[in-house]
Amino acid sequence: MAKPGLDGHDRGARIIARAYRDAGFEVVYSGLHQTPEEIVQAAIQEDVDMIGLSSLAGAHMYLFPRVVELLKEKNANDIVVCGGGIFPEEDIPQLKKAGIKEIFTPGTPLTEVVKWVEEHVEPRSS
Amino acid sequence: MSITDKIVAGDIRAVARLIRDIDDMVPEAREVLKDLYPFTGRAYVVGITGAPGVGKSTLVDQMVTHLRKAEKTVGVLAVDPTSPFSGGAILGDRVRMQRHSMDEGVFIRSMATRGYFGGLTQSTKSAIDVLDAMGKDYILVETVGVGQDEIDIVRSADTTLIVLIPGMGDDIQALKAGILEVGDIFVINKADREGADRTVSDIRLMIEMDEKRYENGWKPPILTAQAVFDKGIREILDEVEKHATYLRSSTERQSGIKYEKVRSELSEMIKDKIVRDVLSDLIQSEEFEDAVQLVLQRKLDPYTACDNIVSKKLKPGNK
Ligand SMILES: Nc1nc2c(ncn2[C@@H]2O[C@H](COP(=O)(O)OP(=O)(O)O)[C@@H](O)[C@H]2O)c(=O)[nH]1
Ligand SMILES: [Mg+2]
Repeated sequence: MAKPGLDGHDRGARIIARAYRDAGFEVVYSGLHQTPEEIVQAAIQEDVDMIGLSSLAGAHMYLFPRVVELLKEKNANDIVVCGGGIFPEEDIPQLKKAGIKEIFTPGTPLTEVVKWVEEHVEPRSS
Repeated sequence: MSITDKIVAGDIRAVARLIRDIDDMVPEAREVLKDLYPFTGRAYVVGITGAPGVGKSTLVDQMVTHLRKAEKTVGVLAVDPTSPFSGGAILGDRVRMQRHSMDEGVFIRSMATRGYFGGLTQSTKSAIDVLDAMGKDYILVETVGVGQDEIDIVRSADTTLIVLIPGMGDDIQALKAGILEVGDIFVINKADREGADRTVSDIRLMIEMDEKRYENGWKPPILTAQAVFDKGIREILDEVEKHATYLRSSTERQSGIKYEKVRSELSEMIKDKIVRDVLSDLIQSEEFEDAVQLVLQRKLDPYTACDNIVSKKLKPGNK
């Protein structure tokens, strides 16, 4: 769970992280103000199955696709990338085209967010 | 290139995957660990333990910065507790260490304690071996100093730091049980707060009361620090260095310590494997369930139930 960009609020990200924990996931929380490079490096060191990006700052059209691109460069595009935050409706198809597997907008119930991962993310080592 | 070669060459993805496989108890990981063993034994392992929120991750972050300035490579293992209710965990130590994520000389890995019987100690030790084999000079292991498992982890470190904060008066009493003995260096962090001197003298008193144990050896220094302001870190690393020198200073002592370490690690490992191989099968067996029922209905006492199962299952040649 990472928070790229400049805005200083991670309440949303923390709430989501807790929901995943309560559903039995191990969540590496890597904090605020991260660059896509840092996020990808952390994801690789932690060997995660999925990266959840949270952003409110509006730079998601650059930051989210950049994470996907870097994963490709590092041959780590088996890691699923999802995003959450407040976005204009019309950005969503573009983000999906850029390789973001799913976008969660405010108001999506936490149970949905958790269920999506349970249904769409295969743990690699089993 | 074999996995072993990749790891020795420092391949980040191979290292990350192997640690995950270790954690998930993938059988092949054990074979890789066997191959890696000749490449281990070079890193210096420092354990950092203490209650949640005392500033361990912040301290680790600063130590990494100082070690990097001295051109040492560093591996970090940050262990956080698994939720006993869901089996999930939030591993948040990385937040404090973000600035090192782009540094190729630093590898940071979070681990959850998970729930399995004693498995934590084993998987953390194996992860230390992996970082050691990948060539890290220092390995810093952060654990929340509560359970026996955590104490066992730091016991396997070369030097163990116990981190406290001012005003932990009663907690210090509780510390006596177990964790005090494993402390090689005491750090009173958040010394910008009131009461640091008092905590220092409390700890000193406790160490002095245990005079006998420190008679011919290492007497744990007590340092103050303000991790968040990068104060006192140099001094901590100096003491780590001194402790390393102390360990090396007498070949007799060194081989004694090594002997004890190998002995306890090997017996732990055997216990772990027996527990894993035998017990996990056993508690899923019909016999076990029958025994549970008998005890539940009070038709059998648990002592006899236990003896019956053990004598049947653990007879040589049986499995
Ligand atoms: N006042 C003060 N706060 C500190 C100091 N060191 C760390 N902290 C703060 O203590 C909190 C917990 O730190 P963290 O490193 O996550 O603790 P951990 O749970 O032991 O790993 C953070 O908000 C840090 O900024 C210090 O020396 N003084
Ligand atoms: Mg921590």
